[in-house]
Amino acid sequence: MHKSAQILPLCQRALASKTFGINISPRLSSLISRYRSTATATVEDNVTTAQTEVKKKAEIKPKETKSFAMNLFRGRVMSDEVFPYPEVLTNEQKEMLQALIDPTAKFFEEQNDALKNDALEKVEDHVMEGLKALGAFGLQVPEELGGVGLSNTQYARLVEIVGSHDLGVGITLGAHQSIGFKGILLFGTPEQKAQYLPKLASGENMAAYCLTEPASGSDAASAKCRAELSPDGKHFILNGSKLWISNGGLAEIFTVFAQTPVKDEKTGETKDKLSAFIVERSFGGVSNGPPEKKMGIKASNTAEVYFEDCPIPVENVLGEVGGGFKVAMNVLNNGRFGMAAALSGTMNYCIQKAIEHASQRTQFKKKLSDFGSIQEKIARMVMVQYVTESMAYMLSANMDQGATEFQIEAAISKVYASEAAWFCADEAVQILGGMGYMRDCGLERVVRDLRIFRIFEGTNEILRLLVALTGMNHAGEHLRQLQKALENPLANVGTLFGAAGTRAKRMAGMSTGLSLTQYVHKDLTTSADQTAKAIENFGFTVEDLLTKYKKNIINEQFILNRVSDSAIDIYAMVCVLSRASRSLSNGLESAKHESTICQVFCDEASQKIEKNLKLTHSAGSLKNYKQLAQISSDVMENNGTIQEHPLGF
Amino acid sequence: MSALRVLVGCKRVIDYAVKIRVKPDKTGVVTDGVKHSMNPFDEIAIEEAVRLKEKKIASEVIAVSCGPQQCQETLRTALAMGADRAIHVDIDSKDYETLQPIHVSKFLAKLAQDEKADIVIVGKQAIDDDCNQTGQMTAALLDWPQATFASKVEKNNGDLTVIREIDGGLETIKVKLPAILTADLRLNEPRYATLPNIMKAKKKPMAKKTPSDLGVDVASRQEIVSVEDPPVREAGQKVESVEELVTKLKDSGLV
Repeated sequence: MHKSAQILPLCQRALASKTFGINISPRLSSLISRYRSTATATVEDNVTTAQTEVKKKAEIKPKETKSFAMNLFRGRVMSDEVFPYPEVLTNEQKEMLQALIDPTAKFFEEQNDALKNDALEKVEDHVMEGLKALGAFGLQVPEELGGVGLSNTQYARLVEIVGSHDLGVGITLGAHQSIGFKGILLFGTPEQKAQYLPKLASGENMAAYCLTEPASGSDAASAKCRAELSPDGKHFILNGSKLWISNGGLAEIFTVFAQTPVKDEKTGETKDKLSAFIVERSFGGVSNGPPEKKMGIKASNTAEVYFEDCPIPVENVLGEVGGGFKVAMNVLNNGRFGMAAALSGTMNYCIQKAIEHASQRTQFKKKLSDFGSIQEKIARMVMVQYVTESMAYMLSANMDQGATEFQIEAAISKVYASEAAWFCADEAVQILGGMGYMRDCGLERVVRDLRIFRIFEGTNEILRLLVALTGMNHAGEHLRQLQKALENPLANVGTLFGAAGTRAKRMAGMSTGLSLTQYVHKDLTTSADQTAKAIENFGFTVEDLLTKYKKNIINEQFILNRVSDSAIDIYAMVCVLSRASRSLSNGLESAKHESTICQVFCDEASQKIEKNLKLTHSAGSLKNYKQLAQISSDVMENNGTIQEHPLGF
Repeated sequence: MSALRVLVGCKRVIDYAVKIRVKPDKTGVVTDGVKHSMNPFDEIAIEEAVRLKEKKIASEVIAVSCGPQQCQETLRTALAMGADRAIHVDIDSKDYETLQPIHVSKFLAKLAQDEKADIVIVGKQAIDDDCNQTGQMTAALLDWPQATFASKVEKNNGDLTVIREIDGGLETIKVKLPAILTADLRLNEPRYATLPNIMKAKKKPMAKKTPSDLGVDVASRQEIVSVEDPPVREAGQKVESVEELVTKLKDSGLV
């Protein structure tokens, strides 16, 4: 199915004039490329056959994008979105936001008890009512529909407060508005918005996002839930079940994704395609299982949701019939910045706990904070928090500026934030030692709460592949254009000249002249050079890999992960470079501190990138990957570890 | 009697949760970059006024704050809690350092007359200077009855029945309108300003006045000689027995 979307065009290194149409293995590729087309919000004709699609694509000029991360895969710097560090709030928006921060923080400090919510495995009733009254359920709903009407950046700032206090409450709020009814905000008709948003914004109705199924997790397009048109054509009849649905037991309004038969107008063939629906519990046939027992975010309700002959009025299709995948991915894509913001708040909490302890606890007649081991931990926690915060607000600002192709950036920020927060919480517990392991300290709960962030809303593994393959797809399209130019060299002198020059310099071991120094403060020149070098190196590596593996790159996950990690590190470097430069130029009191963070981070990241990029092609590492795969398959075959016990029995 | 107009004083003070630091030159306390919020007793005053409005006893609630530009943030909070409009009496920061309850009382008295207020409510005291004077002085300047330390307010016909917190118990008094009330801790529990209401507050009217507009002379009659930190409490000692305690007390000449 969906062959049309599985084309990853490539080009050979020596610009040989041969095209490679690549059929990437079915589902993953469809995830990647459909994800991409959805995120760009282009309306693609989804029902053309594979062949015509291939032809059409070959004729289209490869897309130019302002996304920094997309261009990174071509070894190019597209500075528009990242330099200087974007400032999107008007003075009025700033003032407004400042007025909202204190009441929100005060509410959490005085009303909410995270440990109690955790023990009760629900958000306390009075807190829930308080949050509704506060307006926390409709932060991004337009004011005229009863919400607070916040921009992404403003929302991020408030969610950061929630993240620093209680991730269980954070998920309850996020499952409601960041994904639960985000589809209505993004794709709803004016009628659907007017009908549903006011009660959702006030919290009278709670919302849930229903994508995952028992047999359909990361592979979302394989959903089994079905909705078929009723004989009278007035309803879709929904059947199936959805698993691990946040707010599943509380919600009145569900955004549900289900297969619907869609007829291809041209071929007359009928295929199943995902469609998105707004489902009210009151439609009938909707029920849910008991709250799941979980490791963390216990305060958030998670339940299975069942649909049995649930009649959905046709007006409640969200987006187009058959356009559900686009809705599903766009919603997730639009929600990820909030996660990075929330987690930078969580990290702040962890850092606070750690420094309080390190400044008070005395051992061997010294404060903990005087020991190098503790200093390194604290410094690293602070660095990753700074990176995450810089990414979160870079992304939210880009979104507020109207960027549409931020899927790589969004995926990077989710992966980075969830892993950075895990690191921070883990190190905070380590610094507090036994004290940190105790429930009352609070960090134990944070560790449990955080674990899910590497799993849900796209596992970090899937998102790493998404980062690498989306970027490589983009780079591949441009390489192919170059190759086409070669077929008619005289008419494309300009294209070829630039490309040839770059390659010639590279082969001679010279820098291609890529530089970031013009965008950054002079104190950070070294960091800028390190970043530029990494970008250049990255672009070449991508090109080499595309050349070497062609269509099979999709199967090289060991390599793709290294590519992805490098992309993540480079984006991180650029975010902190940009932010620290702004702080230096504006003469902020914290500028020197930020500049130090930036320098250390960039230096270490550049070493890591160099190593990771080498690991994509060095003979030794390729051999290791083969052997790692072998070890794994041996054990799988044996259904357990194989080695003889050291004691021999 | 038609519905009443209520004027409420809202002082901007250093937030109750902030640890106060004395300036190195001992002329005052550090306020730059320090979190400020509405005086908690004034929050109670606003809440009471808004409740009077919700009970249709009051027709309009006007919040007043006297001080520098940032007082407007405090007034926005009052508006978000439900006040209808606000008046900022703009005092430059130098004059504000020596501004006293007598000055604020004069502002409030003048504004009460200009705005034809029927009730003026202020907090019983501000948590920064603990003066506990403004309400009483305003009553004197206007020659209105006062009901201070109110813990319950009810309207009966043309009068207010007010329960006051006094030493050792409660006192119930009746005051004729117009009157001054000062809010005590147990009068009510102020609501949280909700986010949508904070957004709406932005659009509510806020007037700005200067001391000269109100004909009040704010020139300072006093000088701050020195502001000191409270003395640091000395560490205690543990004693093993009563005998040791007695010995120590005797040695230090305490018994």
